[in-house]
Amino acid sequence: MTTYSAVGLSGRDINDIIRRERDDNITFTHVNGQRFIADAMKDKTVTVEGIAGNASGAYMDGGKLIVRGNAQDAIGDTMNGGEIFISGMCGDAAGYAMRGGEIYIGKDVGYRAGIHMKEYGLDKPVLVIGGVAGDYLGEYQAGGLIIVVNTEGVVNPLGDDYATGMHGGKIVVFTDCEPKSLGGARVRGAESGDIDELAAYIDKFCALTSREYDDIVSRAAWIIEPAGRNPYKRLYVNN
Amino acid sequence: MLEGQVRIPSGCAVSGFINRDRSLTDGSRIIKSIACMHDRSNGLGGGFAAYGIYPEYKDYYALHVFYDNSDVKAECEKFIDKHFDIVNLSKIPVRKTPKIIDEPLIWRYFVKPLPTKLASSQLDEREFTVKCVFKINSYIKGAYVFSCGKNMGAFKAVGYPEDVGEFYRLDEYAGYSWIAHGRYPTNTPGWWGGAHPFCLLDIAVVHNGEISSYDANRREIEMFGYKCNLQTDTEVITYIFDYLVRKTGMNYKEACDVIAAPFWNKIEAMDIKEREYCKYLRRNFDSLLITGPFSLIVGYEGGLIGINDRLKLRSMVVAEKGKTVYMASEECAIRAIESNPDTVYAPKGGQPVIAEAE
Repeated sequence: MTTYSAVGLSGRDINDIIRRERDDNITFTHVNGQRFIADAMKDKTVTVEGIAGNASGAYMDGGKLIVRGNAQDAIGDTMNGGEIFISGMCGDAAGYAMRGGEIYIGKDVGYRAGIHMKEYGLDKPVLVIGGVAGDYLGEYQAGGLIIVVNTEGVVNPLGDDYATGMHGGKIVVFTDCEPKSLGGARVRGAESGDIDELAAYIDKFCALTSREYDDIVSRAAWIIEPAGRNPYKRLYVNN
Repeated sequence: MLEGQVRIPSGCAVSGFINRDRSLTDGSRIIKSIACMHDRSNGLGGGFAAYGIYPEYKDYYALHVFYDNSDVKAECEKFIDKHFDIVNLSKIPVRKTPKIIDEPLIWRYFVKPLPTKLASSQLDEREFTVKCVFKINSYIKGAYVFSCGKNMGAFKAVGYPEDVGEFYRLDEYAGYSWIAHGRYPTNTPGWWGGAHPFCLLDIAVVHNGEISSYDANRREIEMFGYKCNLQTDTEVITYIFDYLVRKTGMNYKEACDVIAAPFWNKIEAMDIKEREYCKYLRRNFDSLLITGPFSLIVGYEGGLIGINDRLKLRSMVVAEKGKTVYMASEECAIRAIESNPDTVYAPKGGQPVIAEAE
């Protein structure tokens, strides 16, 4: 592993190092808000100690971005593949328009996490949120999987207006209190098949955050998914 | 194409902190914070406001004025002299730097309304001062009073905020509360008067975003004697706070509930006491509701507010360490000056964070 101090480096400098460095395992210490870290990265493991700046991990296509600390806005924007792990909290619009890959966030996320997520064929993005989510979670979601683990067992771990305009994919929420159905999305209790589909991701989340699988699945799980194949029929046009 | 003729996607930066025990911090700290968000500005405006910086003149209004030339200065000084007792006047000291150019004449006056003028105006001291400031800004072409509070002052220019802070030698001032702005003008020109903060009496506002309701807000506030003549939307926010707090007697929390009132469907779901309160504000002050994306920091004597629009279309992070409360567009701007805060969180849309001195 090769380690660099990010003091005095811009986001561009950091990305130049990531591209140039022959070592596939690179750590940056003292990162404080530098933007675009590991954008479009394909095959390396980059560790950030500190605060990852806006749009870090955007367009990632492989490899791993590990943030030991908090991350700012638009993490993993339009991500295509690979893995992002953030130990702390995350700002707004995490996983915006993800098309593939996996993001694991240890604590809370801000507004608009996972909006416009989509999937195609084998490309299926996964966004795992350890704490609670802000408003508009999964707005206009078209595919992929969002899991709200809710490690602290908050009664309502979703903000307002989640799944607005949702027409594909799935949101899974662990909470003892059934979430409301809103707009074109419906809520149902999870069945064993649903949990099997999640198990690998929850396992990975537990490994990353040193938590117990059984503690998480002991809470009731709820599935939010589109209500039917065309939930917005005649909302805007006479289709 | 000149700047102002082309639309640039937005991304201003705001940062501020208040020492709630009123201990004093010099200006180098806020410069370090706002400099961390350099990429959010484009060099077309930067500014600061500081509270508690003029203890020796704390009972006098500190007028900070830009002049285009010495003729305007003479004309304006005649006006100030006619209406105020001037106890001190001087150039605001600056440090020349190639990064800040085309500066106007920048002067500072510590003043008190002349008792005879004040008595004959039948206004209170603050209203008298506000009227005089609007008169200068509207009718003396080339003169612009950009700060007029007591024991506080704004410092702003065209340039990157860290360079503006150097230019104004902010390391030589000590205040208990500081706010800063880096500008990335989108719809309006970048000029010295258009840099943030926008101030009136002790209120100073820095803003990231754009106001969709600007014209509705402007028409409403102009009915109460305010004049929006600075070619930018943010000034209206300053006047709204001044109107709601100074003229209607609201507190700052109530004023925040006017500008970022909850949606009707949320109001309907509230318990009766809260519902009636919110309905009252929406019914009576609907034209002062600010829509469109914003993150704002508002400074006033003894306090600091951070607030987002209801949909939270701009970013804002708040942190606390001991008696100091920090707020900024990005967490890094806080960590740059406080690496180990006690708490860090992102407030919800429309929910003000109000930190007041003890």
